[in-house]
Amino acid sequence: MQNLRKDFPILIKNSLVYLDSAATSLKPQQVIESVASYYSEIGATVHRGIYKSSVIATNLYENTRDQVAKFIGANSAREIIFVRNTTEAINLVAYTWGEKNTQEGDEIITTIMEHHSNFVPWQRLAERKKAKLKVVGLTEDGHLDMENFNRLLSKRVKLICVTGVSNVLGTINPITKITQAAKMVGAKVLVDGAQMAPHMKVDVENLGCDFFAFSGHKMLGPTGIGVLWAREELLNGMEPFLSGGGMINEVTVGDTTYADLPLKFEAGTPNIDGVIGLGAAIDYLNKIGMEKVRSYEEKLVEYGTGVIGEVRGVRVFGPEKTNLRGGVISFTVDKIHPHDLASILDEQNIAIRAGHHCCMPLHGKLGVTSTARASFYIYNTKTDVDRLVEGINKAKKILK
Amino acid sequence: MDLYKELLIDHWKNPRNFKRLKRATSRVKLVNPLCGDKMTLELKVENGEIADVGFSGTGCIISQAAGSLLTEEVRKLKKLDKICKIDEKEYFKILGTNVVPGRKKCALLAYQALKKALEGNGRQNT
Repeated sequence: MQNLRKDFPILIKNSLVYLDSAATSLKPQQVIESVASYYSEIGATVHRGIYKSSVIATNLYENTRDQVAKFIGANSAREIIFVRNTTEAINLVAYTWGEKNTQEGDEIITTIMEHHSNFVPWQRLAERKKAKLKVVGLTEDGHLDMENFNRLLSKRVKLICVTGVSNVLGTINPITKITQAAKMVGAKVLVDGAQMAPHMKVDVENLGCDFFAFSGHKMLGPTGIGVLWAREELLNGMEPFLSGGGMINEVTVGDTTYADLPLKFEAGTPNIDGVIGLGAAIDYLNKIGMEKVRSYEEKLVEYGTGVIGEVRGVRVFGPEKTNLRGGVISFTVDKIHPHDLASILDEQNIAIRAGHHCCMPLHGKLGVTSTARASFYIYNTKTDVDRLVEGINKAKKILK
Repeated sequence: MDLYKELLIDHWKNPRNFKRLKRATSRVKLVNPLCGDKMTLELKVENGEIADVGFSGTGCIISQAAGSLLTEEVRKLKKLDKICKIDEKEYFKILGTNVVPGRKKCALLAYQALKKALEGNGRQNT
């Protein structure tokens, strides 16, 4: 993957070691150019104009929808809803499907390792509906406690909300096991795919889930574009989330009928350049191949957990087996606050994340207020990992 | 090395006034939930002057060294009216370092604790 670093302008300009791709990924020139050329060569909106440039914009926009459907193994492009990001996709489900299908006494299952975006919306829904939010715990080695999950499962459970890959522990969760168990009790499953879709082959049909949410900006695409996939029959039964232009069939003074899928859920002028950029990002990833992306990252994480874990005083969180973890390594260094570590690394031009990574319940469970996190993507190399280790050692020296 | 100047590291390693006061006239406990920094700042005020000052807590270098540096300044100024005049600009001069926006919350914890303690001047504030 060494040769693709040249595609990322930020990596060429600086001697930056960028280890925060779980927050947002860098963008290759191909994505940047696709966004720029929309504005410099097309410029028109979608689904409206009779004129040529609007037709071209619409084609690019809708072709990307097909591309996304293929990328995640969806049956139909009608099941692909463009939203701002994973958070918005999850909120869409909470405020439409959730609002309609949960009642007092129902239960929603989530897990202790969720990002706040797959936790808070369910906490709020449960509060509105007087439903119960049940939280699956962890095993010692950072996996979901499946015994606990099975005990929580009952006919009262309407929805299970789980992340595909933990953004702190890196844990790859057994989604198919969860969806199989969910079917037995008639519960739906929403998968937070923010850390999954960018890093491995996703097939929503194989996963067996009902909702799948992810963001473009974590997978080489622009910010402000995300995707909600849901089964067509579910989307058809859901009320619109936002209403207004673009999502209607006919409006009279007395009544409104809605557009068919997917436009029913895309009110207002959409993020056209974001969609086009996402299309370019998927092209880029497909050219490499998602299996190759995954195997490259797996090797890098195996190397990383090894050398970082060997530094005296370092505690690495998450599963030991690298075949069960994504491209994330969270750790603490004895007697050094993660924020201080991040600041000292920053002075060496190494960008890591420090804090609770939007997972306060998980950090509470781990018994730490914050961790340092290095996260990887296709442009990272062993040299980046080595510079991180050097940086940690330097921080230890400064603060000894 | 912009942030972690020797002064800061010295105050982190050997914090001055790191203690609990027996007869504090003002006590403020603040928490920065984002990174888990905790700070308790106590004043003992007698006749408009600081008779004693102390802080305790846990957290990152910036927050803890700031507690040490600020309480030293408070002890030095002694008179309440002078201490009340410390503003943010003056405070960062005392710390002697530049803080990136992401670390400002850590740095300001001690300052906010002092401001609150001065408001409560003579009362217990927790």
